Amino acid sequence: MMPSLLAPRRQAPSNPGPGRGSRRRLAFPLVAGFLTGFLFLPLFTLTAGAYTLEEFQFSDPAKTEEFRRLTEELRCLVCQNESLAGSQADLAQDLREEVYRLLQSGKSRQEVIDFLVERYGDFVLYDPPLKPSTYPLWFGPLLLAGVGGIFLFLTLRKKRAARERELSAEEQQRLRALLADASTPTKDKA
Amino acid sequence: MGKTLKFLIPLALFAGLVALLFFGLGTDPRKVPSPLVGKLAPEFSLPALGDPTRTVSNADLLGQVSLVNVWASWCYSCRAEHAQLLRLARELKEVQILGLNWKDTEADAQQMLRASGNPYQVSAFDPDNRAGIHWGVYGAPETFLVDSEGRICYKKIGPVEPGTWESELAPTIDLTTRKCKEYRS
Amino acid sequence: MIPELGHFALILALGLALIQAILPLAGSYTGNLAWMSTARPLAWGQFVFTAIAFALLLLAFLTDDFSVVYVASNSNTLMPTIYKVSAVWGAHEGSLLLWAGFLAAWGAAVAGLSRNIPLQVLARILAVMGMVGIGFLLFMLLTSNPFERIFPPPLEGRDLNPLLQDPGLAIHPPLLYMGYVGFSVAFAFAIAALLGGKLDAAWARWSRPWTTTAWIFLTLGIALGSWWAYYELGWGGWWFWDPVENASLMPWLAGTALMHSLAVTEKRGAFKSWTVLLAITAFSLSLLGTFLVRSGVLTSVHAFATDPARGTFILIFLCIVIGGSLALYAWRAPAVSGGGRFDLLSRESFLLANNLLLTLLTALILLGTLAPLIYEAMAWGKISVGFPWFNTMFVAVTPFLALLMGIGPMTRWKQDEPGRLARELRVPFILTGAASLLTVFLMPLLSLDWYLVPLGIGLAVWLLTAHIQAIRERLRHKNSPSAILRDLATNGRSFYGMILAHLGVAMFVVGVTMVANYGQEKDVRMSPGDSQEVAGYRFLFHGVRTQRGPNYMAMRGHFQIFDGEKPIADLWPEKRNYFASQKPMTEASIDWGFTRDLYVSLGEPLEDGDWALRLYYKPYVRWIWLGAVLMALGGLLAITDRRYRLARGLTRASADVAGATATARS
Repeated sequence: MMPSLLAPRRQAPSNPGPGRGSRRRLAFPLVAGFLTGFLFLPLFTLTAGAYTLEEFQFSDPAKTEEFRRLTEELRCLVCQNESLAGSQADLAQDLREEVYRLLQSGKSRQEVIDFLVERYGDFVLYDPPLKPSTYPLWFGPLLLAGVGGIFLFLTLRKKRAARERELSAEEQQRLRALLADASTPTKDKA
Repeated sequence: MGKTLKFLIPLALFAGLVALLFFGLGTDPRKVPSPLVGKLAPEFSLPALGDPTRTVSNADLLGQVSLVNVWASWCYSCRAEHAQLLRLARELKEVQILGLNWKDTEADAQQMLRASGNPYQVSAFDPDNRAGIHWGVYGAPETFLVDSEGRICYKKIGPVEPGTWESELAPTIDLTTRKCKEYRS
Repeated sequence: MIPELGHFALILALGLALIQAILPLAGSYTGNLAWMSTARPLAWGQFVFTAIAFALLLLAFLTDDFSVVYVASNSNTLMPTIYKVSAVWGAHEGSLLLWAGFLAAWGAAVAGLSRNIPLQVLARILAVMGMVGIGFLLFMLLTSNPFERIFPPPLEGRDLNPLLQDPGLAIHPPLLYMGYVGFSVAFAFAIAALLGGKLDAAWARWSRPWTTTAWIFLTLGIALGSWWAYYELGWGGWWFWDPVENASLMPWLAGTALMHSLAVTEKRGAFKSWTVLLAITAFSLSLLGTFLVRSGVLTSVHAFATDPARGTFILIFLCIVIGGSLALYAWRAPAVSGGGRFDLLSRESFLLANNLLLTLLTALILLGTLAPLIYEAMAWGKISVGFPWFNTMFVAVTPFLALLMGIGPMTRWKQDEPGRLARELRVPFILTGAASLLTVFLMPLLSLDWYLVPLGIGLAVWLLTAHIQAIRERLRHKNSPSAILRDLATNGRSFYGMILAHLGVAMFVVGVTMVANYGQEKDVRMSPGDSQEVAGYRFLFHGVRTQRGPNYMAMRGHFQIFDGEKPIADLWPEKRNYFASQKPMTEASIDWGFTRDLYVSLGEPLEDGDWALRLYYKPYVRWIWLGAVLMALGGLLAITDRRYRLARGLTRASADVAGATATARS
């Protein structure tokens, strides 16, 4: 709700539609700025309590489920960070209706996604598709895991090799000295 | 030496992170570039604001350079940019300004034009966001620069300010050939 | 006058922090005892003055002093007193003050409780904490003064964000901040150790209880936030992978890795430079979180008002603190000895692998959180990275983590025999397989990702059985049934704490698995008198009435829930409209149970007295947070272990130092 106040450069990104303009005006910009919550987990701070529960009726329960999944995985563009399913913004409502219309007209999940990406870009997808530009995102983790694996392997090998060495006489002497030293209280420079 | 270098890795990674965050401070995460830039403007056909018998469609875009401005009476930034649009309508003879009156009511929209002047050749009336979705509109105001073949050269998100035309929009269009010079968003 | 006193107290605290950062440190190098001895009183002084500032801000809230901008923006005469208190940290300025106050409190606690730490080391530790304190106090005074006045003062305040007017949210930030700030202690210990060039087992032993304490707070803070999001926001979820949530999870993961790494450093003198790096990382990630929340570089539902000046300030602060400590690390760490040797099959190996997995998870979350920014910077296009990506990564990494968690506690330090380990783990392994198979046969597999249920349940069973086996192994030579209690009373607490925390993970895994795969939700339209069935429970809707609250009007619905014919609960979901902010809020109503929650939230009124409603059935959802509570309890048990009792620490530790050094040299 009221994302306009969060976006100093754009007054009304979420377009409340004619009827609700007056409500928006009541909020104080200063407060709204703070209000958006400092907190950390309030997931839907901006829309809390304001999600819309329209009834999108499908004859096929599989489609109902598809609709629910899709709207959860599509991002509401004007909100701070919310899915279409979770957002109360007017635009989210329009897009939900569009998704509903497309699904009802027999479009597949992928076709709906393509429809929105064509118009709004990859930004609408919470689940970035696998394609050359997202390779870093999807394969970067493998690279990281690989680096970690190599590090683990090298460390373990080094540590293992270390134990194959026997202590030399001199080293044993030093060890004894150190252990003896330990029984006296630690000396502090202070 | 190799050993010391190894211990510099965290610092190097952190330097990268700082560079990234510094870059982040200068950007607005809410601006979403449009994938439509460089493509033909999406199909649309809507009644004109104030004249339901007239249809505004892609045909209106052909033959000359257009600024398609998404506006609404409830949108404060639209009011703010209105003066600039009026100025552009006066000064830029080669460019027509079309309005896309978005998610508005006819009465409010007409009232706003009466009160502050009408920079638009014609405004398409889209109360239900029918064309808006196809144009990837996600807020008002937004302004598309479309060339004479109906191709989108540039999308301006947010209000048109003094200098916006000169610095952002104009460089993407060649007003003599009336074609896009480059595509940006 | 009072706000000016608060402002003045903050300036004094800053002054003390400045001296605290310089004088003891200088003393520690010149050997000036008097200078070093100033560390303690300075830390206490800094605490006293920030506490005074905090108390004065609280007073301003309690007396509705709207001449203070911060109070006017976040309070209201109608607000219940408890929320006037929590409003103190309800927005940017006050939450910073809370942060600075906690930092000073941790500093004072270190000063008071570390009598056995050599003065030289303590002086350095407190100097480092003083430096961090300078940063936060300066930040507050320069960009975000909570005591700023307005003239003329408004007659009425603007009210606190209604979302924050909730008991859960009143205590969530303090817990969370205690955790974040608590990692500054581990950080200061690490930096002091680097400065002194003495990274030894004593250092690890001193840091451990502090690190664990901070971790406990953070665990509870995150869990509370997640729980709050679940019951308050009416969307039925408990985690969204929002950047700000991730910002809290990253230090938690790094802190978890740090606790484990500290154990190795303390017991075996190994992983020293790695442990130091983790201590720096955990606190750095806490600071990074602050930056992400307050600078506006990422889109998050929870972001503070963004202000470029603040962002720039924190970024510079990050550069100094993190950059400085990493540079120190690069300079000093190469000289640190590698520590003890160990075999491929040893507890060290498993802890190292666990550490790397936790670090990997942290790095992945960092990658996902910053990816949109990276993509924009590289001009690769604008993308969103949301829960599907994070869930994939999480599900890919955590099973390995859980697997190692089962084996690790059973494994001996330094070297273990494969045969022995296999014998010990045979039974847990078989039981795990059986449980997984059983889920495949017995439970209906609803979702597309059907394998997640056997995987999740299997891992939970694995953790449970492996840890039971670990206890049995530990008590093998003690026959009496009360052995466990005696063990607890003597020196087993950190062991049992570990077991408890790991079982908390098992519980968490069960909760996540069950709720993700068997949860049900229904969006319905109901008229008064209608019933709806969800997961075998009948929800009877009695209608909605208007009711007035202290600073809001509420539409209050009434539901009766039946299990068969038996009424089991009455639910009263609300939709509130707060007077001052005119913000609508839903208050979901939940019938909670150990194995399931039934959850109703009011949507929109429709025509003819109908309502749009959302009904949920959430199996085992409590286990998510109970698991976290168990983890925290485990931590609590561990810090009460005798080994950390302060008086005894030193001598034992120094013996360990020598032992560890001996192994290191060999």
